[in-house]
Amino acid sequence: MRLGSAWLLVAGLGLAGCSKGPESPGGGTPASGAGIVRIDGSSTVFPISEAVAEEFQKVTPNAKVTVRISGTGGGFQKFCRGESDISNASRPIKPTEIEACGKAGIAFSELPVAYDGLVLVVNPKNTWVDHLTLADLKKIWAPEAQGKIMKWSQVRAGWPDRELHLFGAGVDSGTYDYFTEAVNGKEGASRGDFTSSEDDNVLVQGVATDELALGFFGIAYFEQNAAKLKAVPIDDGKDDNGKGPIAATVETVKNATYQPLARPLFIYVAHKSADRPEVKGFVEFYFAQGAALVREVGYVPLTDEGYQLAKAHFDKRVPGTIFGSGGSQVGITIEQLLARERTQ
Amino acid sequence: MASASTALATPDVDAGIARRRTLDLVFQAVALLVLLAVLAALAALVYSILHDGLGRLSWDFLTSYTSRHASHAGIRPALAGSIFIIVLTAGIALPVGVAAAIYLEEYGTRSRMARLIELNIANLAAVPSIIYGLLGLGLFVRVLGFGGSILAGASTLALLVLPVVILSTREALRTVPMSLREGSYALGATKWQTIWYQVLPVALPGILTGLILALSRAIGETAPLITIGALTYVPFLPDSVWSPFTVLPIQIFNWVSRPQVEFAQNAAAAIIVLLALLLTMNATAIWLRDRFQKRRIS
Repeated sequence: MRLGSAWLLVAGLGLAGCSKGPESPGGGTPASGAGIVRIDGSSTVFPISEAVAEEFQKVTPNAKVTVRISGTGGGFQKFCRGESDISNASRPIKPTEIEACGKAGIAFSELPVAYDGLVLVVNPKNTWVDHLTLADLKKIWAPEAQGKIMKWSQVRAGWPDRELHLFGAGVDSGTYDYFTEAVNGKEGASRGDFTSSEDDNVLVQGVATDELALGFFGIAYFEQNAAKLKAVPIDDGKDDNGKGPIAATVETVKNATYQPLARPLFIYVAHKSADRPEVKGFVEFYFAQGAALVREVGYVPLTDEGYQLAKAHFDKRVPGTIFGSGGSQVGITIEQLLARERTQ
Repeated sequence: MASASTALATPDVDAGIARRRTLDLVFQAVALLVLLAVLAALAALVYSILHDGLGRLSWDFLTSYTSRHASHAGIRPALAGSIFIIVLTAGIALPVGVAAAIYLEEYGTRSRMARLIELNIANLAAVPSIIYGLLGLGLFVRVLGFGGSILAGASTLALLVLPVVILSTREALRTVPMSLREGSYALGATKWQTIWYQVLPVALPGILTGLILALSRAIGETAPLITIGALTYVPFLPDSVWSPFTVLPIQIFNWVSRPQVEFAQNAAAAIIVLLALLLTMNATAIWLRDRFQKRRIS
């Protein structure tokens, strides 16, 4: 008797949840996605989609929007299996991913939603660095530099003969892909002997407490910690997009003079999902309210024209990517992006 | 030799004893020091978390949905998801784990098959949790079509804790004296009656303790749940085992990686809640054990 009741107590705790049983699949299950706008993908884009979802929820109380973080690549995998309606991406879709989507019969539109600037930072006590050129960066971060470029004096004559401590994004992140493409000309090509972390706050702490550090991360992290860090202006050696070294600010990222370390962020919307009113409503809301929310969570909004064009892009359900060769591309300015969209 | 020089050897022996006593003291001191160092680290961690998060903790924090404004954000869906999933995990892991342990301990002890299973269970206990996540993604989410639901998450966590539940249940069954079983047989009980009415009641406290400690591990897991597709932003509560969900560790992880300092405070506050939940579970384990032990004695 006593034992029986004890068992019931324990088993009942857990089995209460099971009692609904698997008789009701379909319907409201997450697999079918009915009534729920399912967003997946990049952790970089997550704060933007979260903010838009939060506001969208307020004006349409019946809507259910969920956001998941799987990384840009993981997000596309699920997107191309039809497991999400919208995929957040911090880089354009790759040919292999397009192929996977094509095989599954998933047509999609690629819509730019914001810019992220990658800021090169040093410790405030660092008095010698006033700017870096793209050539300097390549010298520092190239795969050949591993174990060789170990002192500031090796980067530029006249800089102190002291150790150079490097901090950078984790190798699984879209940030790493973009930085290596921009600096070394090949995605994933870089030296390996630097302190890397997927958590940008770790990098902030690292640079803020190390006089000899040089690191890079997204502009939102710099803005929040500007007092503890010093941003390094970058000279890309091209004069047509602004002469000399240019510091990363919201303005220079937006007007495309901070190059090549400003990258566009995207959402990809499946056409089949876009026929559902809640998904369509959400995407339209994204373009109507996105600009202010993008700024609020620390990224750089597109120009108004940019959002209008992206919206038109969506309305016409323009398929595929505007980045033919796929993967990270460097030096994409807003003007170029829009020009490419116009030619579609 | 020993008998020939007892008197002569005395100083040597005394010196040896004194030396060993000193060593003993030194070892004691070192052990105490290590213990204190570990406790100090723990205290520092707890202090830092309480310092950062206690001010943020409020009823609103527990009952609000998450938000881009750190000051409005709360852990309602994450807390509900964590509790829901842990209860469901217990519901799956307990019957399966106990049944497996009963088979191994009471029925199949000597067969080659049982030995093979035993070996595998011991190995499974050491498999990294992310591997269970991948298994869950393949089996529960895709093949069985559970989607990224609470049921898929709980099934995955149940697999994760199963080896520990089985091992601790077997330990508990082993502590039941053989005389008890023999007495039961002598009175004409069948094997099943003996197990159900005699062995299990005695072993129950041990089984429950093992289960709850295993669940304490599961409640802190992030990797396998992210793999099977737990959400990060979910603006509604789970209403069935098919609901999409998020859990506290995922919410904490997300807040920690945000650039704004206020989110770090939110993370600290959420950690306090998770700690409280964990301590409650462990306290329940102790309470249950004591309760059943007292009953048995009386």
